[in-house]
Amino acid sequence: MELVQKALKGNRRAIARLISITENEEKEAVTALREMFPLTGKAHIVGITGPPGSGKSTMTDKLVKELRKRGKKVAILAVDPASPFSGGAILGDRVRMSDLNLDEGVYIRSLSTRGKLGGLSKATHYAVKILDACGFDYIFIETVGVGQSEVDIIKTADSILVVTVPGLGDDIQAIKAGILEIGDIFIVNKADRDGANRVVIELEMMLGLNAEKDEWDHPILMTVASENKGIIEVVESVIRHKEHLDKTGLLGKRRRERLETEVLELVVQNMARYVNEKFVKGGSFQEEIDKLVRKENDPYTLVQSILADTVK
Amino acid sequence: MSEKQIRVLVAKPGLDGHDRGAKVIARALRDAGMEVIYSGLRQTPEQIVAAAVQEDVDVVAMSLLSGAHNHLFPKVVKLLAEEGSEDVLVLGGGVIPDADIPYLKENGIAEVFTPGTPTGKVIEYIKNNVRQA
Repeated sequence: MELVQKALKGNRRAIARLISITENEEKEAVTALREMFPLTGKAHIVGITGPPGSGKSTMTDKLVKELRKRGKKVAILAVDPASPFSGGAILGDRVRMSDLNLDEGVYIRSLSTRGKLGGLSKATHYAVKILDACGFDYIFIETVGVGQSEVDIIKTADSILVVTVPGLGDDIQAIKAGILEIGDIFIVNKADRDGANRVVIELEMMLGLNAEKDEWDHPILMTVASENKGIIEVVESVIRHKEHLDKTGLLGKRRRERLETEVLELVVQNMARYVNEKFVKGGSFQEEIDKLVRKENDPYTLVQSILADTVK
Repeated sequence: MSEKQIRVLVAKPGLDGHDRGAKVIARALRDAGMEVIYSGLRQTPEQIVAAAVQEDVDVVAMSLLSGAHNHLFPKVVKLLAEEGSEDVLVLGGGVIPDADIPYLKENGIAEVFTPGTPTGKVIEYIKNNVRQA
């Protein structure tokens, strides 16, 4: 595909178009992704997650600037939520990154969740593959402001940074399952505020209680991202985690698991679409439901016959 | 299956810090189902165009209250064309004297919306004039 060739040469307009094509699931999407897949696997993918207002965008901006000083090419995917009512969205993460706009070594793309729960958008996987193939050394994914269960980022990122701030609640918050279990590096941002030390102690306790020990030390770092304090330490930890993943073979293992998940999810999505088009829109769906209402058939038999037809 | 959604960059070029109008428009477009990328204040035309290209937007809507529209708006149109993005719909808004509007339109600003324009009019204009994929 011509667009793919242009994107691989670094043309940003082509990269941007490709991401839109996959996001909108246009016809050429599969062709483009097929061409690009063999070129993927070189980028290090960093997920940044945490509650709304914890400073994820500012943190991303500062981390990326530090990596740029080290000569790395970096792409940023910033995900913000779509309105459940209109489907529209306001994507405001760029506001905190506007000095990066003109840097040739940086590409920033805002993505709407488009109704998907879990903290990422469906297109995030695709965008990561495109950017990886296009030769970015690091891809940062900033999730929507998350609560406790938006953990989809583990299906996409190699290193996960959990950003929190003082004053969110007592230590019971820290032992709840969810985002605190998925972090590789923990960051207490806005650490100039009261209570930062207590958050660090609570996180240390929570991590100490983790039954499953591995060789990674799960660093807990304090930062004031808006003043660029503590940023170098975060970047060093990311690099150290990357080396750890390489050395222990965890990287290959995690990526293999992610491929498994991705394939299964795509199968489900495609089947759902097929069933929707074939039966709900174009088929005898209403008549079949009528039969259920009249108790002439049952939902379980109907589902089996739909599935049998789908896979044949 | 996802549908194609209209993507709009709402941008504040120039040096004025008044973004209330821009935020009202951003919110109205969101409620009309569009994906709105907000640039933040005091953006140069180069920054606006870089963001528009990277975000693959269909529309760039600029709001300006400082009086520099005759310089900044056409500059954005010109830079977009240099990037090969001449199919992006460029709109202007803010405190724009009527006398300046013909000049702006000659220079590629598709439409200019002055204070008091109902948001519904802007939404309708975008829906009717946006590029077709």
